Amino acid sequence: MRIALAATCLADTLFPGAPRATVRLLERLGHDVVFPRGQACCGQMHINTGYVEEAVPVVRNHVETFAPVADGAWDAVVIPSGSCTGSVRHQQAMVCRRAGLDDLAATAEAVAARTYELSELLVDLLGVTDVGAWFPHRVTYHPTCHSLRMLRVGDRPLRLLRAVEGIDLVELPAAESCCGFGGTFALKNADTSAAMLADKTANVRGTGAAVVTAGDTSCLMHIGGGLSRQRAGIGTLHLAEILASTREEPTPLPRVRAGATEVTR
Amino acid sequence: MSTFLGIPGIRRRSDDAAPEGSDPFGPVPHPDEPLRWGEPFPAAAKQTLQDDQLRRKLGHATRTIRAKRASVVGEVPDWEALRDTGSAIKEQVMANLPDLLARLEENVTARGGVVHWARDAAEANRIVTEIARAQGADEVVKVKSMATQEIGLNEHLAAEGIAAIETDLAELIVQLADDMPSHILVPAIHRNRAEIRDIFRRRMGDAPEDLSDVPRELAMAARAHLRRKFLSAKVAVSGANFGVADTGTLAVVESEGNGRMCLTLPETLVTVMGIEKLIPTYEDLEVFLQLLPRSSTGERMNPYTSLWTGVTPGDGPQEFHLVLLDNGRTDVLADEVGRSALHCIRCSACLNVCPVYERVGGHAYGSVYPGPIGAILTPQLTASSGGMSGADDVNASLPYASTLCGACYDVCPVKIDIPSILVDLRAREVDADRGRAVDPWRAAMKAASWVMSDGDRFGLAGRAATLGHVVGGRDGVVSKAPPPASAWTRSRDLPVPPQQTFRRWMAEHEKDGGER
Repeated sequence: MRIALAATCLADTLFPGAPRATVRLLERLGHDVVFPRGQACCGQMHINTGYVEEAVPVVRNHVETFAPVADGAWDAVVIPSGSCTGSVRHQQAMVCRRAGLDDLAATAEAVAARTYELSELLVDLLGVTDVGAWFPHRVTYHPTCHSLRMLRVGDRPLRLLRAVEGIDLVELPAAESCCGFGGTFALKNADTSAAMLADKTANVRGTGAAVVTAGDTSCLMHIGGGLSRQRAGIGTLHLAEILASTREEPTPLPRVRAGATEVTR
Repeated sequence: MSTFLGIPGIRRRSDDAAPEGSDPFGPVPHPDEPLRWGEPFPAAAKQTLQDDQLRRKLGHATRTIRAKRASVVGEVPDWEALRDTGSAIKEQVMANLPDLLARLEENVTARGGVVHWARDAAEANRIVTEIARAQGADEVVKVKSMATQEIGLNEHLAAEGIAAIETDLAELIVQLADDMPSHILVPAIHRNRAEIRDIFRRRMGDAPEDLSDVPRELAMAARAHLRRKFLSAKVAVSGANFGVADTGTLAVVESEGNGRMCLTLPETLVTVMGIEKLIPTYEDLEVFLQLLPRSSTGERMNPYTSLWTGVTPGDGPQEFHLVLLDNGRTDVLADEVGRSALHCIRCSACLNVCPVYERVGGHAYGSVYPGPIGAILTPQLTASSGGMSGADDVNASLPYASTLCGACYDVCPVKIDIPSILVDLRAREVDADRGRAVDPWRAAMKAASWVMSDGDRFGLAGRAATLGHVVGGRDGVVSKAPPPASAWTRSRDLPVPPQQTFRRWMAEHEKDGGER
């Protein structure tokens, strides 16, 4: 298949490992990955902060960049992020309509219909759960809110992880509870966000995992930022980075902040 | 297992009561506006987050009720269909509200009731006061009711020389402590039993001297206290869970039997009902009486369901007044997106499942409607007095009091899409604020919009950001940043940008012909 990658603005700039791994993984599975260079951002941050007017050009850019998928130029668009996929699917057309751009809204819907979050693409469209990965470490999985409740990816990521050779996958207590990120919520309501994060990191630490993984770099930035501050000795990796890992080209454990305390169970 | 949610938690501070005269108990003095008090949400939450006891209590109580709800909802095979039906009925009600209200009035009147229309809190309070006065009552007993909390009825009656006595146990605790409710269903969720014992000892008047903090003893003390009130009151005031347009029937569901006492013993009954509480037909109760108890108390069925239609000679109250309350609801109805907030049946499932509510508690929301539903209802109900007009109103901070995690939408028995409404209200709030000269957020969002709407510009910005790779130092993180990023780095590290953006890597990768 020819698959267009929407890397997400955050991963493009701060966490390039996630989209790199997405490319490696999909190519390993025999697919062509295209990176339309006009892309920038899906508009979610603007929309969820209330700046819908300012979101319009951002949404327009995303929709126009990926519009060729609607004409069959690519078979699908993949986004290694639950919340960005959610925004594409549930918000972009609304933003266009609100601005009176009905034609753009229709295109947005056509693009959204062919846009998949990574685990959806793998399991639903490509029909694989065992991607031939090898990752011999203890890992716990945080099902991000938008993957879980907006996209309903269900156990797809877990099925993919369970099939990874050598992995020691441990359950995260209170996994379905939000980590407290919420985009600009983390700044506007920093204290409440920190209180939620404290509970999330405590649960992560309790698993004794070396790595916490998720389908969103944004939530991982938040959880990882908390773990790093606590010198918990636990790193974060995007789901794609674990699935891309093989014996030949293993994904190394992420660097954690110096002075990290030993991981305790 | 008993449902004793009014007294959560078992932590006790000490056996010694606080010194006499250290009143008032309440952390929240009675506000002038029950829908608008205190500081904006972030500041109010910062305060309540410091109460570690409160956080433990709320954590325990909400975990317990979440588990109960999940268990009894899980056993209903057609739960999703019930939710769809509940949602559809409410949509139908909102689409035909004027006609249905007229039908309700007609049927209540035909069965011997008197219907009053109240545009706002002041009108509703005046109507209830006049009815109580006409009966010569200086005391009324009350069934737990959010509508009367919303209009501050108790305070108004007190100012008019009429004592309103709350008869729901948790509501009584809140009232005796001169406090405000912090939850829709369990208003004293922020109290532990040692505090409740202290409140009863000092404020109830007829509590036993040696009252302990054993829940049963506390309940018995309240029971004895309230029994005297039920038997002496001439007037009762209630809210309504449902009003049936076709028959003029009103419904109250409750757990303690206090409602049944109030609805049957006094000679005069006044019911204050928000106009959105309507349902078209008696059969529709079938849907809601399944949805409500499972969603709210986590019970298959609530212990008491009282239904009454007008006046029945020789049985129950011989005078019945229905006060139909607008108080901003018509404004909410006018909004295409926000109107589904009026579908709410006040079950409180969204509060119990909300990770924000669980940490900050109800008082941080500065409204009798806290939690996710409060965050969408309060600003809308107060819109006409500026509830959504940006920085000037504390209520404008409420739509941001959520991570949009979506847990509330999942549990809502009438499928109110709270996250989408929150996003819509944020947009309305931002738009209402556009006249403001200086707004750092708007400036930042405008600049970001320009950068993020073009691949080339964004690529350049990303390359510029990689220069910041060096600031991370040895650890590769930023631990202390200047404002506004300091809000982040107070409790989390910030990653430094990588040496190479993804798009630069991808360009090289493509040059290599897709090999690595």
